[in-house]
This record gives sequence, C-alpha cells and structure tokens, in this order.
Amino acid sequence: MPRTRFVADPLHLMFAALGGLVLLFIVAPLASMVIHTPVADLARTAADDEMRRSVWLTLWSALLATLLLSVFSIPFAYLLARKPFPGKRLVLAIVDLPIVIPHSAAGVALLGVLSRDSLIGGTAERIGIQFVGGAPGIVAAMAFVSVPFLVNAARDGFAAVPERYEKAARSLGASSLRVFMTIAIPLAWRSILSGLVLMWARGMSEFGAVVMVAYHPMITPVFIYERFGAWGLRYARPASVLFLGVCLLVFIAARLLARGRAHAER
Amino acid sequence: MLSVRNVTTQLDGFRLDNVSFDVGNGDYFVLLGPSGAGKSVLVEVLAGITGVRGGAILLDGKDVTHARPQHRGMATLFQEPSLFPHLTVARNIGYGLHGTRMSRRDFHERVHDLAKDVGVSHLLSRYPGTLSGGEVQRVALARCLAVSPGCLLLDEPLVALDSAARVAMRALLRDVKRMGLTVVHVTHDFEEAVSLASHVGILEGGRLVQAGTSREVFRCPKTPFAAQFIGFRNCFAGYLLQGPTGGVAEFDAGGCVFRVATSSPTSRGYVVLRVRDVTVTRALLAVNGYNVLEGTVTDVIPAPFGDEVVADIGVEITATAPRGDTASPGIERGERVWVSFEPDDAVFIKDSNAFSTPDVAGGLHGSERRQD
Repeated sequence: MPRTRFVADPLHLMFAALGGLVLLFIVAPLASMVIHTPVADLARTAADDEMRRSVWLTLWSALLATLLLSVFSIPFAYLLARKPFPGKRLVLAIVDLPIVIPHSAAGVALLGVLSRDSLIGGTAERIGIQFVGGAPGIVAAMAFVSVPFLVNAARDGFAAVPERYEKAARSLGASSLRVFMTIAIPLAWRSILSGLVLMWARGMSEFGAVVMVAYHPMITPVFIYERFGAWGLRYARPASVLFLGVCLLVFIAARLLARGRAHAER
Repeated sequence: MLSVRNVTTQLDGFRLDNVSFDVGNGDYFVLLGPSGAGKSVLVEVLAGITGVRGGAILLDGKDVTHARPQHRGMATLFQEPSLFPHLTVARNIGYGLHGTRMSRRDFHERVHDLAKDVGVSHLLSRYPGTLSGGEVQRVALARCLAVSPGCLLLDEPLVALDSAARVAMRALLRDVKRMGLTVVHVTHDFEEAVSLASHVGILEGGRLVQAGTSREVFRCPKTPFAAQFIGFRNCFAGYLLQGPTGGVAEFDAGGCVFRVATSSPTSRGYVVLRVRDVTVTRALLAVNGYNVLEGTVTDVIPAPFGDEVVADIGVEITATAPRGDTASPGIERGERVWVSFEPDDAVFIKDSNAFSTPDVAGGLHGSERRQD
C-alpha cells in the first residue's frame, strides 16, 4: 500500500523552526548546568544535611500551601465558572494579581499582614504560630504567589463540564453539594489536578516572596542563592541540579497519576 | 397529577407566556412545538432548573413552583446525552438511588431490573463513551425510572437518534406509558406525538395555543398554526359563506369555493386539510357529496407512498396520487387534473379575530392569505 506523501507547509516549517529556538532557549541553560556539574559535587551536595533539610522543607511547604488553599480555591473556582455575578471581572483580575506583581513586592505586602506588629501576625504569634522567619510564613508566601494557577486551572476545568450533567443529577434528586462532589469535581478532575501540580511546582520554585518573609529556615531556592552569594557558581550548581531533578520527579509523578486516573475511567 | 397554572418566564430570549395545562395521573402529555417555541424552557421550568416569573406548578396537589429540582419528584431525560461519563452504566442507573436507605442488595436488584427493562443488562459495566446514541438514551431512561418520579419529563429524547434507534426508543416509551407513569414529553415531531400521546398540547411562540386529548387535537385543531404543525398541510384562508345546511357549508377560499362539514355560523376563518385526504386523478370522479375541482399541476413531489401533487384549483392545494393507481400514472407538471376530497375531511377553523358577519367585498385570496 503506497504511503501517503506528507507535503509540508512552508509556513508551518518556519513556525517549527521558531518553536525549536524557543525549546533551545529553555533546554540549553538547563542542559549546560547539568553537563557542567561533576557527579562528585552532586553526591557531596546530596549528602549535605542542610541541602536535604531545605529540599524537604520546600516540598512539604509547597504541598501544604497547595492543600490548604485547595480547600478554598476549588469551590471558589466552581463559583467563578458557573455563576455570573456583579463585579466578576474585578474578582477575576484580583485572582490574577499575584502573577503580575513582583514577588519581592508580594513578600513586602505579606510582611505587612504577617509580621508580629500586625493583627494577624500578632494574634498568630500569641497562639504559637510564627510567620516571619518560620515555616508558616514560607507556606503563606508560597500560597500567595501560586494560588492563581490553581484557581484558573480549576475554573477552566469546571467551565468545560457541560451543565447538563449537573442538571440531570439535580433532577435525579441530588443536592447541590452532592452534584459538586460527585459530578463537577470528578469531571473537572484533570484540570484541578493540573492546577494542583502547577501550584505545587510554582510554590516550590518561589524565591522572592519567601526570602522577604522567611530567609530562615532555608527553602532550596534560598539555599541555592545563599551558596551562590557565599561561594559562587560552582557551589550553587550541584544544589540547582539536584533541585531540578526533584522538581522533575514530582512533576512526572503527578502527570502519571493524572494519566492513570484518566485510563481507569476510559 | 401535574397542574401548570399561568406559568410565565423568560430565558435567553425564549419566553413562556401564561402557559396552563393539566396532566392527569398516568397521562402521556406531548407538547408539540417548532424550534424556539419554548419547549425546552418549559421542561426546565417544570424541572426547577429555571425559575418562573409568575404562575404556579403543582404536582399531586403540592405546590412545587419554587421547590429545588431535587425536591420536586420529577426526573428529566434530556435531548443531549447526559449520562455521567465518569460512571459506569450501572452507577449511572443507580445514581438517584443513593441516599434512599435502600439495602445494598435491593440497590443492585433495582439497577439490574431496570437495566433489563430497557434492554441494557449487557452494558452495566461499560462507560457511556462506548455506547451508541440509542443505548445512551435507554440508560438515561432507566436512570430516570430508578427514582420513581411523580412525573417524568422528556425533552426531545429521540432527536439525536438514528431512525432504527428512534423506533426502538419509541417502543420503550410506549412501555413507560403502559406503566401508568405521568409523562410530559416535548417534541417538534408530529409523528412522535401521534405514536405516544394520550394528550397533546401545542406551543407557539411561548404560548399554549391548544391542549386536549390527542384525538381532539389531531381531529380539530383550533388554529392554522396548530393544524399545519400536526400535519394539515393544506390551509386556506377565506369565508364560510353560508350557514350550516345539514351540517355542510360553503367556503370561499378566494380562488375557489368548496364544501366543508361544519356547524359553525358564517364567519371568516380557515379550512385545513391533510394531504392524504385529498386525491388527484386525471379522470373526473363523480362521487356524491365530494368536492371535485379541476386544476393544473404546478409541481410533483415524490413521496414514499405515492407522489404528492400540487395543483392550482384557484388556490394551491397539495394532494396524493396513490402509487400503483393505474388511472393516473405519472402525473406531470402542467397537466389538467381533478382534485377531490370529502367535506368531512376539511376542518373549518374560525378566525378568532373575525366578526360573524362576512365581509365578502374584502375577499381573501387563499395562497396570499395563507401567510397571514
């Protein structure tokens, strides 16, 4: 059987070439960093307690920020997807605000409400929660800068679920809560999971806001910055490569989880 | 019993205006209407998905006008496939049974019984994405029946199906009718209504223009719109010229005069006729009491059970030339033919805006006035 001959569109070829440059722009610095890092340095850094602590702190702080905010953000995203209300455009703009403001400015803003002189910070400190210079502050900073990714992804996911499924469920006697839990969430699940992964990943990579609120205990991005500032590029590289690996592993695991679930439903 | 009282609402440009009807227990009420008549809006209003601006909805005497959908005791089968794609067929059917405090065993028995009733027992472990359109609607029907609704709402359930699936689904809906369930079924398909309805309502521009038993509505449409919608494709505007003489009057359709069986007094109005009740032949048929009118063929339309012939008899009329009729094989455009029909088959509809005194001077001309 003769093979179908593929005739490439010159315009598409040009777009592919442009896309290749974008990919090169992303991959080249990362590849260079990996290539220029000796394995011995990697092993030494991996064995460093301070590095390990920073990685664990980064992972669980970002995870906690994601899980805590998901409790509020997912229902909120559903509301944004389903209900028209006055001022909705303003609300959507507010949701996107953390993406557009400089993260150091976000850190300064957070300090204003979390420092021990503020109402929230002062009250929290009285019950033993220390935001400034503590893990709760790191969680808050990570949550602040990354929550738009979850809200927007979940909102898009809910909006893509045809309303007729929810109408059908309600006509079968399901309460609004049951419709939300058994129809809307499962059908928007992939987008929600994608939002959760993005939020987690964004939280893990945050530096600017975190460093303003809590330089110590050090999360890995701060640890890398500290290494770079104190000892130079050679000492910052192994930590960067190791953290890059951790981030990729988390990202791949989450994607596999999402894909596995999609296969199960098919 | 479902009672709809002066329901008014508006949604995305569709409006329902003072809609009232009753559906008795066990009645199968079909609401017929063209696209944009407000049929789906009415279903959403009854289901509680869309609110009302005025009026009341009562189910078995209980006012459910403002009740939430889940508290109405109605289940809706939608036009578009609405099975939950992430649940198996079995879990779809059983969805409405959760929270009924049914034992696990009873739950499974009920799901299996319903699946058997609608012929989907072999599909219970499948996901909706792998089903055909007909199977999807059967499962959706079983899912609605599972909750034993006080009233089943069907929103054009056959519209997305191919003809074979449609026939099978109609048979299933006749079974539902025999079960004695109260059903409100909206459709634009007149044949669907004929095959299923015990009662019929006709919706035009958000208003219910006629409602009654299917026999009443199909035999005596009250408006030209209703008549045309339920298959009376010949519609003539004109005057009933003469008072009833033995139950038969003359009707001036502008270009021609024919006899109509009616006891209505002299009035402006319309005469409607089904195509199948009008016969066209080359030879003159002398049948006592029949309207026999000569005309010229203007068009011939092939149809499954004999050609349809459009003839100009002073006004345009569509008639049937039965297939296999050796007297009139292959009638062609431009031929002179004889058109005949019984006065009993012609239905006179009084113009609701007309006075009883005829204004013959301002005579109507059938083909023009048909668009009035």
